[in-house]
Amino acid sequence: MQANAALEYDYSLAKKFTFLTILFGFLGMLVGTIIAAQMAFPELNYLLGEYGTFSRLRPIHTNTVVFGFTVSAIFATWFYVGQRVLKVSMAESRFLMVIGNIQFWLYFIGALLATISLLFGISSSKEYAQYEWPFDIVVVIVWVLWGFNIMGLIGIRREKALYISVWYYLACFLGISMLYLFNNMAIPTYFATEGLGNIFHSVSMYSGTNDALVQWWYGHNAVAFGFTVPIVAMIYYFLPKESGQAIYSYKLSLLSFWGLMFVYLWAGSHHLLWSTVPDWMQTMGSAFSIVLILPSWGSAINMLLTMKGEWNQVTENPLIKFMVLASTFYMLSTIEGPIQAIKSVNAIAHFTDWIPGHVHDGVLGWVVFMVMASIFHMAPRMFKREIYSRKLMEVQFWLQTTAVVLYFTSMWIAGITQGMMWRAVDEYGNLMYSFIDTVTVLHPYYTIRALSGVMYLTGFLMFAYNIYKTMTAGRELSEEPQFRTPMA
Amino acid sequence: MDIRDLQGYGSFFMTIFLVVMLYGYIIHLYRSEKKGERDYEKYGRIALDDEVTSTPVEDKPASERENEKENK
Repeated sequence: MQANAALEYDYSLAKKFTFLTILFGFLGMLVGTIIAAQMAFPELNYLLGEYGTFSRLRPIHTNTVVFGFTVSAIFATWFYVGQRVLKVSMAESRFLMVIGNIQFWLYFIGALLATISLLFGISSSKEYAQYEWPFDIVVVIVWVLWGFNIMGLIGIRREKALYISVWYYLACFLGISMLYLFNNMAIPTYFATEGLGNIFHSVSMYSGTNDALVQWWYGHNAVAFGFTVPIVAMIYYFLPKESGQAIYSYKLSLLSFWGLMFVYLWAGSHHLLWSTVPDWMQTMGSAFSIVLILPSWGSAINMLLTMKGEWNQVTENPLIKFMVLASTFYMLSTIEGPIQAIKSVNAIAHFTDWIPGHVHDGVLGWVVFMVMASIFHMAPRMFKREIYSRKLMEVQFWLQTTAVVLYFTSMWIAGITQGMMWRAVDEYGNLMYSFIDTVTVLHPYYTIRALSGVMYLTGFLMFAYNIYKTMTAGRELSEEPQFRTPMA
Repeated sequence: MDIRDLQGYGSFFMTIFLVVMLYGYIIHLYRSEKKGERDYEKYGRIALDDEVTSTPVEDKPASERENEKENK
């Protein structure tokens, strides 16, 4: 590199992963909306033969939003934030650029094929870990390549101190590596049955209660290291940068980080309350879930206090509104989760619709809002153009906020109704309701959920359109905005 | 004492150990700032002043970067 050449950040990889975020976000949410409609109107299961049934589509929904949408967003924001907070350009290392591009193409092709494999029913039947072993290997390679990129960029950095977001990205990398490897240990049935089984069908290396424990250690911490840690990394960069306000307390951010790392890994057994796992382990899962409120709220409150004295920005800048709403939903879902993990509450909540209600106020309100806000912030810097329409952003914000509220309120009511009906007994101790009674009662709430899915998906399409128009028709910017994102 | 008891005690004492570590860390953060050894809050500036040409909040020693260049 010539010493006097103007050095700029290289956003080519951030752009590519942004496109994938939007593509997989649309696909994942579309399938989610379809299966929500199927819950309300079961005849929709039979439109496409075996390929359109709830059981085929549900893993596609969950895996596409986790491994397609969210992971793309993690990569997109890393290739943007990583450079900026380490003050080093990707263009300074040809090696890292090559590695990054291999990572992109392998990930894109792998994710598409993995989604198709689920459509054809090729599944290891472990929740959120349905990809069969060949795809697991691709996931591992992609992840290792990303690891090379993180460590490589850190290695050539100018800024000596690692900003808090980098710590969170590192935790995401290490956490998912550990969880994914251990939970996906499996043996193809072909090798276990002297050739009778199938090479593309595998069984877990664990069995019974052990399998359940490993699965929920994974499942719960996939939420930790996929839906929490990297999204906190995003908000710790994008909210201060967009508002021009430094983090309220950097010490609190460090403390919350280590608190989260310490507590989160122990809480997974709350998914197995009242099951066959040892009692002390269930109690430990409950206790750690309650303690988890502290580091979660530590981060969320730190974010809200960052806006101290600058609350006018919430009305003036829709992007700040997106981020403040995201951190508020983070607070809501991180208080709701521990409540559900209390054993007596869980006795009612477990297996009911309150659980997907909880997941979705976290994911739709926190994860997707923060990802969209990050992309809105990055777009004018990556494409050197102003955001196409502020008005469209405002409409999208209110449409999607209403959708999230409709989703979680309907599922709260449905879940608690369901839990109470399942437990209701008459004076002789006989169950008062059969399963179909609960289904009949829940129908209106399922319909409301399907409607909220349509509204949220419409909002996401408005977001995609706004980004597309920003790229192609937004007013060109002569220089990069420092803080507030310019919008027409 | 069977393996499940051992696991239970192991988990309990490890929790106590990690709690002590975490509280120790809080004390360390505040004490080192009070003594003037370190200013943690300045790192918040890293996100705000993040141009590739910006002066790092905490510079990597020039010798370190030179060594890296030679090794490339």
